[in-house]
Amino acid sequence: MDMKRDYYEDIRLFESKAVLFWSTVFLSFLFSLPLFLPGYHFYLLNLILVHVILAVGLNILVGYTGQISLGHAGFFAIGAYSAALLMIKLQIPFVFALPLAGFIAAFFGFVLGLPALRLEGPYLSIATLGFGLTILQIIGHWDFFGGRTGIQTPPLDIGLPQLGFSFVVETDMSKYYLILVVTILLVIAARNLMKTRIGRAFVAIRDSDIAAEVIGVNLTIYKTLSFSISAFYAGIAGALFGFVLGFFNPEPFNLILSIIFLVMIVVGGLGSILGAILGATLITYLQFSLLKNIKEMPYIGDFLVAVSNQWFTVVGLENFSSIIMGLIMIAIIIFEPLGMYGIWLRIKKYWRTWPF
Amino acid sequence: MLGQLIVEGLAIGACYALFGIAVVIIYKTSEVVNFAQGEMAMLSTFVAYHILAYYSYPFWVAFIITMIFSICLGMFIEYAFLRPAKHPSLLGLIVITLGAEMLLMGVAGWKWGAEQKAFSLPFSFQSIHEPIKGIIINDWAIAVFVTAACLMVFLYLFFRYTKLGVAMRATQQNQQAAKIMGIRVERVFSFSWGLSSFIGAVAAMFFAARSTLDPAFMMDPFLRAFAAAVLGGLMSIPGVVIGGGILGLVENLFGYFWPEWKPIVAFVMIIIVLCIRPSGLFGRHYVKKV
Repeated sequence: MDMKRDYYEDIRLFESKAVLFWSTVFLSFLFSLPLFLPGYHFYLLNLILVHVILAVGLNILVGYTGQISLGHAGFFAIGAYSAALLMIKLQIPFVFALPLAGFIAAFFGFVLGLPALRLEGPYLSIATLGFGLTILQIIGHWDFFGGRTGIQTPPLDIGLPQLGFSFVVETDMSKYYLILVVTILLVIAARNLMKTRIGRAFVAIRDSDIAAEVIGVNLTIYKTLSFSISAFYAGIAGALFGFVLGFFNPEPFNLILSIIFLVMIVVGGLGSILGAILGATLITYLQFSLLKNIKEMPYIGDFLVAVSNQWFTVVGLENFSSIIMGLIMIAIIIFEPLGMYGIWLRIKKYWRTWPF
Repeated sequence: MLGQLIVEGLAIGACYALFGIAVVIIYKTSEVVNFAQGEMAMLSTFVAYHILAYYSYPFWVAFIITMIFSICLGMFIEYAFLRPAKHPSLLGLIVITLGAEMLLMGVAGWKWGAEQKAFSLPFSFQSIHEPIKGIIINDWAIAVFVTAACLMVFLYLFFRYTKLGVAMRATQQNQQAAKIMGIRVERVFSFSWGLSSFIGAVAAMFFAARSTLDPAFMMDPFLRAFAAAVLGGLMSIPGVVIGGGILGLVENLFGYFWPEWKPIVAFVMIIIVLCIRPSGLFGRHYVKKV
């Protein structure tokens, strides 16, 4: 519906003055949040931002290139552990450790991309799933990675402590600014990447890989590249996630987390950057805040406790979040396959031609 | 010692094969990888546990009720979740079954709590036989072998000689042509989900007797069984049985020498096999047209 008349209209960062205006308003809102929001909300906001990075990266692989991955929690774990270990064991400053963690994850993405060249559908999903579980098992068993007990992240110093100036980020609020800047940079990078030759090659592979190969897209290069880029995003997100938690063990990086990541982009909308952001925000909020404290919710909480007493168990009420997640996943595929982005598109279309 | 390891590996392999057959039946007819398979079976096993623990009926009554429940559950999931989706992509189907998995897991966790429960079959691990000197086999393993063998024979006869079985094979080969020939494809799907859920529930009871019962207990066996099915090519039932046998053997032998790497040996093997043969050991690779 947005007709593009020439190439430069397509690659512009802001499509129109209105988009520029609202983007500026939204960004200044994000940057001024600490002024009026109490500090304990920032842990959740940091989690949301980290998941936005990951969802944008996963969307490059799943939404744009059409490959499925059930092993992204593995890349996430690789990022978290490499950043923390690079800083603890090799004393590398954070500003270098963060991209390095991304590149280490990207290397593993490349390695996983190699068998993925010949696989598709269920075969690819079991291969990526096996990868995620293998990474988890290796991390859990070697003492070098802290084993089952986990590791403590070093102080988050974004200066260069070796050269004398250090700037330690301590509170959740200051971490928020750091993660926000990284997120904005990565989201813009992903958006621009999709407008280039590489992004168009990805989309061609998604729509039909054989046809793409016929018109000259090198499948070997672009499929592994897609895996690497996606893993790079997951690695960066994982590194930041480690610092948000402060202390972590292999346990949270399980298969359920990979599924939740997939839910984020499916709910948000496959093949759209905005969709990934919306989906990651909604699902993280549901999973880590709203449904976690479902008993404290007004009306619904009391009702659910009563229902649990009657037919179910109150101890098991925390599993209610998993029921809601499952229903959301099923409903979105049945009723709105384009996700929240599809709803947004329809609203836009309705208002553009409004009286008619 | 080696013989003992092989027998144990084959027993657990037969268990994987049983569950893998359930995966394959759905994939064969409707080309859906059912990630909710493990949780469907888990819920059925919980129903059996509930009947045994709270109403103390004899085992065979609980078994029959559970089997009816599992068939209804499979048909319900197909009818309520998969049928309304219009022309879903492969990813869409996977997401629906993953959603059903989380839904069922949540329901079981809500109803029965997350703590582990003991589930026992009439076939115990304690009563052991020694048919050949040095090789010990218990009742559980014998029951697994007998069940797997009976099921294989039943499925062979079913797919070969019954009208419904032939209709299922026809649906798998070409849905449109099957429709033209007067086969109600939707009913075939519904039936194959019921059959698969039934077989899965039988396998899950064996798994539950081997470990403990909790809402997440089928996740690991499901992944192994899925791996076995992929190893066998996801399309042929004999392939799954051989795949399950290989997987169980390798896992058990490997697990004896390097116990700490036992949980992942199956997946490493799967990735290696898929690198060499992308459609599994016995799957045919179809040439796609643009």
